[in-house]
This record gives sequence, structure tokens and C-alpha cells, in this order.
Amino acid sequence: MTTASRLPEPYPQGGSNLADILERVLDKGIVIAGDIRINLLDIELLTIKLRLVVASVERAKEMGIDWWEDDPALSSGARRTALARENEELRRRVEQLERRELAEGGDATGDGERRGGGEQHDGRGERERDR
Amino acid sequence: MTDDLRYVYAVCRPLAAPLHADLTGVAGEPPRQLAHEGLVAVVSPVPERDFAHEPLRAHLEDLDWLAATARAHQSVVAALTTVTCPLPLRLATVFRDDSGVRAMLEDESERLRRILDRIDGHVEWGVKVWLGDSGDGAGGADGGPEPSAAQPRRVPESGRDYLRRRRAGNAAREESAARAEVFTRRLHGDLARYAADARLHPVQSGPLTEAGSGRNILNSAYLVPRARSEEFLELIGRAEGTLPGLRVEVTGPWAAYSFTDGPDGPEAGGTP
Repeated sequence: MTTASRLPEPYPQGGSNLADILERVLDKGIVIAGDIRINLLDIELLTIKLRLVVASVERAKEMGIDWWEDDPALSSGARRTALARENEELRRRVEQLERRELAEGGDATGDGERRGGGEQHDGRGERERDR
Repeated sequence: MTDDLRYVYAVCRPLAAPLHADLTGVAGEPPRQLAHEGLVAVVSPVPERDFAHEPLRAHLEDLDWLAATARAHQSVVAALTTVTCPLPLRLATVFRDDSGVRAMLEDESERLRRILDRIDGHVEWGVKVWLGDSGDGAGGADGGPEPSAAQPRRVPESGRDYLRRRRAGNAAREESAARAEVFTRRLHGDLARYAADARLHPVQSGPLTEAGSGRNILNSAYLVPRARSEEFLELIGRAEGTLPGLRVEVTGPWAAYSFTDGPDGPEAGGTP
């Protein structure tokens, strides 16, 4: 067993930087399943984010950094943002579909037989050209 | 106390001396040694209200709690590192009671002994290389390859001048980045040859890294025999300052956090 007799003094600031500590204690170190099991994926997710942390939340906020508030995995407030975004996306798609339907309705007028046939419009285009 | 859980920091061989009496762990309690068949788990009691599954999950999303716990975890591991070569566990490894810890030491015995043998007599040094960002003067101070630095900022300039200056700046940045890469590859190669083992970690990036650090282009760890640590640091010292605009940062000595995955770890070898 080797002792620490020849160990140099820690580097100035060595090991005191929070980003370096978090990187090691969250991302390195042996993984042993304890009795209290936390999904490691959660921790790994944090690792990715927290690799960047300097001093504290306050400090980060002072610097104008608050990504965790927008991250669904880290904040419940962000789930609302995510929902709002999804909502908006859905609304946009509905509008698109409505517009397409209107356009198709216009194309199909005068082609009574085909109306409501439910063919995919690519196929119909080809058939119409073929005639 | 009977309701308390057991937080395990590290596993090591039996220690010659007791742990320092002033040392405190993650919940403010002093850690102690729990020996079982030639292995020692360093443990401290932690309250169930903080470390049972649900509260622990919630705490892990609290940056301040996480930071304090991470520091406490590391301070125990660091204290151990001055007297032995501990095998550090990942943050928040928690058992119900002492017998759970003993069972773990027994079940994991082979793996733990294998890694302890491998890291015995070694410490981990972290090395990061930072490339100074343009504009803010970081790294470019000693006549670095940054033509825009010579241009006084407040003088109004035409759009064309601005574009010209930007192009020149971009070219200089590309050139200094290429030189930095050569430097970094060589440094990592030299250090990895000297070390017993090496790992390349993802570079630290983003606005939360130390302000003014520049861009992190190397983030690596080296497993170095204690007795050769000074020479290892001299090796870095000699490389340091040979390329303006680059800063080499050394951290450690750490416990062998980065070398707990066996000799052919996922990040082993390679070039940056």
C-alpha cells in the first residue's frame, strides 16, 4: 500500500471548481446499485447540464442563465412551456390541413365522380394527367 | 439514528489510521469505516427524509443541494486520497443499513478488488486546455494571433472595414484553432504515454464554465503513480506557455474517479 508521502500539494484551486467536482461525482466514480435506486438516466441528464455550473443558481441567474427553467426534465415550469409550444405546433398543423383541404376542394370541382372518393391526391393527379 | 440510511463514499483497503475526527460527510455526520473481509466501505448515516427514493430524486434537481452534496462527497473522498488510494463511488449511493453495505462489499468483491489493485499507488490528474476567445482579450493578450486586437474599438468604421476586419479575424481564429489542435494532440499524447492510463472527457462548454476561460478544447484525466506526479506536472509545466493564446489548467490530485471502468473503458486512448 502506497502512502501519500510523495504527493504534491493540490494545485491552487485544484478540485474546488464545482464544474470539475460535478463532472467527477456525477459522471465518473464506480456505479454500484444501492438500496435506494435513482434512475441513473436522471443523473446523467443532470450531468450533461451541470457540467457547466460554476458557483450557484444565483450566480448563474445573475449571468442571465436559466436554461433549467426551460428544460422539461429539470423544471415543472418548463413543462407548461413545452405544452404551450406543442399546442402552437398542433394549431399550425390544423391550419395547414384546413388550407390543403380548401385547395383540394377547389381542384376537385367539376370532377363529380371523384369527389369524396378519398384517393390520395398524388394518385389522383396522375390519373387526371393520364386521361 | 436507527431510521438513518447509509451513504457510501468510497471503498478502499483497510486504513492504517482512523479518519480525521473533524471530517464531516454529506449530512454533517462524520464518516466511518465499515470493514468486511479485507475491504472497507467509508460510510456515514444520512436521514431518510433526504435520501429515501423520492426526496433524493427531488433533491438531485435542486442545484444548490446538489452542489453542497457533491462538495461534501468530494471532501470525504479527498481526505481519503491523502492516506490511501480509494475507489470513489458515484454520488448518492445509499443503502438501508450496515448489513446492506456489507452485502454489497461481498457481492461486488471481485470487481472492487480488481479496480483497487489497478489504481493502487496512483492518483488522477485532470488537464484542461483553454483556447482564448477573440475580442475579450482572454488569451490574446501576449501578442496572440488576433489582428482585431490592434484595432481600437471605439473608432467608427465603414461596413466594408467591418467586414474586412471580421474576415481577417475569422482567418486568424481558424489558424490559431488549428495550431491549438496540434498542441493539444501532442500534449495529450505525451501525458498519456507518461501516465498509467488516460481518459478523454467531453470538453466543458457553454456559458456556465468559468467566465473568460475561453473555449475548452481538451478535458482529460491521467492515472499517474503518486511517486511520479511531480515529473508529470513538470511535463505539463514545460508545455505550458509554448503557444500564446492557450491556457493549460491542471486539477488534482483526485481520487481515481475516471478510472473505475476497467482498463478498456469507453473513452480509453484515442486522440482528442
